[in-house]
Amino acid sequence: MSLRTVQDSPVGVTANRQLTRPRKKTSPLGRQPLGLLFSAPYVVYVLGVLAFPLGYAVYISFHDYFFTAPGVQVDRPFVGLDNYVTILSDPAVQRSFLNILIFLVINVPLTVGLSLILANALNRVTRLRTFFRVSYFVPYITASVAVVGVWLFLFQENGLVNVLLGPLAPDPSWLVSSWLAMPTVALYVTWKQLGFFILLYLAALQNIPEELYESASVDGANKWAQFWNITVPGVRSASVLVTLLATITGANLFTEPYLLTGGGGPDGASSSPVFLMYQKGILQGNPDVAAALGVVLVLGVLLVALIQKRLVGGKED
Amino acid sequence: MKHIKTTARRLTMSAVAVAGSMVLAACSSGGSDSKDASGALTATGPIKVWYSNNEFEVQWAEKMVADWNNANPDEQVTGQQIPAGKSSEEVIGAAITAGNAPCLVFNTAPVAVPQFQKQGGLVALDSFPDGADYLAERTGDLTDQYQSSDGKTYQMPWKSNPVVLFYNKDIFTAAGLDAENPKLATQAEFLDTARALVESGAVQNAIWPSPASDFFQSWFDFYPFYAANSNGASLVEDGKATFDSDAGKQVATMFETLYQENLASKEVYQGDSFAEGKSAMSLAGPWAINAYKDAVNWGAVAIPGAEAQDDGYTFSDAKNIGLYSACENQGTAWEVLKFATSEEQDGSLLALTGQMPMREDLTSTYADYFAANPAYEQFADQAARTVEVPNVSNSVEVWQTFRTAYAASVVFENQSIDEAFQDAAEKIDQLVAQN
Repeated sequence: MSLRTVQDSPVGVTANRQLTRPRKKTSPLGRQPLGLLFSAPYVVYVLGVLAFPLGYAVYISFHDYFFTAPGVQVDRPFVGLDNYVTILSDPAVQRSFLNILIFLVINVPLTVGLSLILANALNRVTRLRTFFRVSYFVPYITASVAVVGVWLFLFQENGLVNVLLGPLAPDPSWLVSSWLAMPTVALYVTWKQLGFFILLYLAALQNIPEELYESASVDGANKWAQFWNITVPGVRSASVLVTLLATITGANLFTEPYLLTGGGGPDGASSSPVFLMYQKGILQGNPDVAAALGVVLVLGVLLVALIQKRLVGGKED
Repeated sequence: MKHIKTTARRLTMSAVAVAGSMVLAACSSGGSDSKDASGALTATGPIKVWYSNNEFEVQWAEKMVADWNNANPDEQVTGQQIPAGKSSEEVIGAAITAGNAPCLVFNTAPVAVPQFQKQGGLVALDSFPDGADYLAERTGDLTDQYQSSDGKTYQMPWKSNPVVLFYNKDIFTAAGLDAENPKLATQAEFLDTARALVESGAVQNAIWPSPASDFFQSWFDFYPFYAANSNGASLVEDGKATFDSDAGKQVATMFETLYQENLASKEVYQGDSFAEGKSAMSLAGPWAINAYKDAVNWGAVAIPGAEAQDDGYTFSDAKNIGLYSACENQGTAWEVLKFATSEEQDGSLLALTGQMPMREDLTSTYADYFAANPAYEQFADQAARTVEVPNVSNSVEVWQTFRTAYAASVVFENQSIDEAFQDAAEKIDQLVAQN
């Protein structure tokens, strides 16, 4: 009785909890100090390889900074937003962001759509399954330099594609047309990366119970209805991941404009922010301006990724 | 749950603190004491050198290092090819920043010298007691082009590859042109010859300079023609861009015509279009003689100017030697540099690579070589009339600015030449004026 009386009063509840769950004395390192030890290597890696360079890049972007030999004393005055003003008012930088936007608009939906459709098809294929999976994955693991050579063979003015198109071939050709260069790069990257994203979707497809498809079939749902109402919602988390990864890797585009279009050509039509960072930071010795460009790019990608997660993530949030 | 949050917060705070301290540590690292510069100038001992990965230059460098090591057992030289990278300049720049640059690099591009100098990565060669005298004695007046704005010289003028116009005699003959006396004396003749070549069907592209946007591509299309057209004007003189002129625009218009009439391709060719017979003409230096000897039945003429000329200029395409401040035994490095540019070693370089040592009396010093190898005589003669890239602040950015304007106007015609050149000249004037 006395216990019930105590429990009925708020004060009594507190008193009872204190009696039944005595406060443990915890060490400053938490209840599992060993856990900190196990996580330390990764924390050090993240700090050294990601956090420190990022923090240092932010620092550089606010200073008049250039690389010097050790021991050389130079002034690196704080310049506020000067480097940001420089890059944001540079027409080449503005064009590169527009190029990346064009790239993402083409590349991301294509990547998500094609990899989901192909993964779904591969998941149902019974014969030559391994052959098809390897076929899609080979471009992803092949060196870009080699694969770019093949695409040049295909898309140059006298390349195979134009030969097949005959009088319908574009003039100027794919890689030297201001309108077609970036879409061609986007198609190339979609094709090259597809194998990786198919693998992600294949893994996600394994988590959809087969019973759902059987029930839907019994209820009269055709293949399209099953795909739209079971498969697509079932791999939503993978779709979020694929969308984010495709966006992040696309925003970091460098190799393709460097190799495929002769350094962001024609006339900057396939240039990218990362390519300009390389030009300004490494070739021209202006790491301060390049760092500002990098910071803007990181913020832009975070913003786009956040929007995508809201739009695609749905209830996963 | 609360415990997890507390631990997470603790971890986050620790991470931020560590990252912050690393940033602060890095920020303060620029102020450490510099080395005793005068002591390093006289220090002797083992040194490291880098050289190009060109197979002929490797042969020369390995022999030079062996010769030195045999004669100097106490001051051994370790040589290696420049580590792989997108370009030698990137690798050297990174090595300067890291403090592990070698003592000497036998492939230092003049365009990168102002940047390396700004980084504090180079030693002024006239800091050595006999430095100025040695430079003047070996290289003569050509040294002046390599002097920096502070009046010092941070590079040893080493070898040049004067750019001339190579042509494929077989393609010329197939096009019905006189391959032994081609009409290439003026830029108007050059255009007419290009038209005749393509119209004949003997070749699809009369010439195929790379239209890529790399800052250095202008050295192999616009700049040699501009040098020929302007009696040896540099891109920048007395702090002002010179190309926004009649001479510059005339060259630009000539190339614009080549692209407009499809005499040159706007695409980047993956390989050597001239060696593979995809173009009938090419701009290259004497290094190409070895490269083309089994591939092309070639001839070579001086770069045409607007008017015919016997003593026209061209681009030098030189590579020099830098002595880097990370070197502990700079006394030895200076002696090795003098040894590597001695009359004997320069002769060895000429014989093995066909590239022109930048010596004042090149043809008379190696008269026997040129008598035995007449194909190189033209280049030796041309070597005395070369233009270097200007030794100015922001040199790479200056060339990138020009290349961007050239691509926009001449190659892709998105802008008029007048407008593009005027804008580029104004930007370049500002870049050169900066420290």
